[in-house]
Amino acid sequence: MIHQYKMNGYNIVLDVYSASVHVTDDLAYDAIHLLDEGKSVDEARKELAEMYKDASAEDIDDTFSDIQELKDNGKLFTEDIYEKAAGYLKKQTTVVKALCLLVAHTCNLNCSYCFASQGKFKGDEGLMTFETAKRAIDFLVENSGNRRNLEVDFFGGEPLVNFDVCKKTVEYARSIEKEHNKNFRFTLTTNGVNVTDEVIEWANKECYNVVLSLDGRKEVNDRFRVNRAGQGSYDRIVPNFQKFVKARGDKAYYMRGTFSHYNTDFTKDIFHMADDLGFTELSMEPVVTDGKSPSTLTEEDLPVLYEQYEILAKDMLRREKDGKPITFYHYMIDLEHGPCVYKRVSGCGSGTEYMAVTAWGDLYPCHQFVNDPEYKLGNVFDGVDRTDLVDTFKECNVYSRPECKKCWARMYCAGGCSANALHATGDIKGVYEYGCKLFRKRMECALMMKVAEAEMAQEQENEAE
Amino acid sequence: KHIVTLNMSEEKGGCGECTSCQACKTSCIANQKCENKNA
Repeated sequence: MIHQYKMNGYNIVLDVYSASVHVTDDLAYDAIHLLDEGKSVDEARKELAEMYKDASAEDIDDTFSDIQELKDNGKLFTEDIYEKAAGYLKKQTTVVKALCLLVAHTCNLNCSYCFASQGKFKGDEGLMTFETAKRAIDFLVENSGNRRNLEVDFFGGEPLVNFDVCKKTVEYARSIEKEHNKNFRFTLTTNGVNVTDEVIEWANKECYNVVLSLDGRKEVNDRFRVNRAGQGSYDRIVPNFQKFVKARGDKAYYMRGTFSHYNTDFTKDIFHMADDLGFTELSMEPVVTDGKSPSTLTEEDLPVLYEQYEILAKDMLRREKDGKPITFYHYMIDLEHGPCVYKRVSGCGSGTEYMAVTAWGDLYPCHQFVNDPEYKLGNVFDGVDRTDLVDTFKECNVYSRPECKKCWARMYCAGGCSANALHATGDIKGVYEYGCKLFRKRMECALMMKVAEAEMAQEQENEAE
Repeated sequence: KHIVTLNMSEEKGGCGECTSCQACKTSCIANQKCENKNA
């Protein structure tokens, strides 16, 4: 399977099953297209000669010879040989390697679009005790097999409402990691309200990554991200985040915004965070709603969003040229050292490698399933009792979703998010088609950036000579 | 002359040391890196 598209003046061909990315001239682009349509080489050669009357016979011969060479080297029109990886995953005993700790089922903000219903997850308010958090760490160690890297995200609600438990949990995990040959990587997702000097010092010492929630421009952020009195949070959280990021040095962070139907011009929010606020590591995500909210993204929004993603990619290239690059989470692709095929097939690991722990110690496949009684896996005290559910999630991969069969992006998205699929279609093995459309556009932009960056590197090399 | 190739772990992958859900949290693997030093 291949995918061809034109963007920013480039003809790009992705070979899906080898993950090879090719840049072609017009002649080769159309030749590949004709072959992909099922034409024989002779038929394609004839049609190409009709299309390009100025092209010499030698040029056309060279084009098909290039294509044949790539085919022979397994870089073009490669077959899908990875379905067996899905079968292997189904049989494999999985281990748990990451937990999302919901240390606070409450929040000091009252964002109306919050998928976690202001941290309560459609249930009771509550804070995780240290005993439960400690048990969660032990559960992770006990169920992680020989995995060395273990991840714990402090999440909520707003985790800093329960900062003391966060600190004690890290202290406990650090005290046992050597004896178990584990390496804990902690992350913190926060709305910024309670970011103090003490929090900054602790997070910069202990957290591998911090995710800081800010939607961009003041009027955009303050539309949804308000406190319980209805006041916007921008003026309070921005100085906190700026101080946090400055103190963070070269450690990882992401400014994580949400865009909705109200700000489909979301690149303005990204550029505001970059140019006016000084943040360089950025992530803007489409809102997840129940479909009834006025903030829900619509089909009519799609062309606007596609254009926004292209504007962003081109602007990021400009910034790179100017020596002031920014990072956009979804455009981070490594064409040489990306995820292995097992990861590409199996996805995020929700319900198998990754679980969410509620304040009371209950286990769910991920933070988006919390308090859905059908998806309660067990608890950290007694372990997982719904092994049937774990098996179901194990089967959630790119090969179990018929809609993914013909999708060129399948080896980049791994079948998408099961929670989004459930909310959109009622089935964790469904697909959230709207999310797929945005994902494919982001991948096209990300691959185009790789092409442009390679061209830039070549130009610099030529100049150096 | 007509095609430039810019750059799929199957042989040595699957070690599990690399979890994507731990920036976006809602619109989940392309931007992950393999952390297997031997692959």
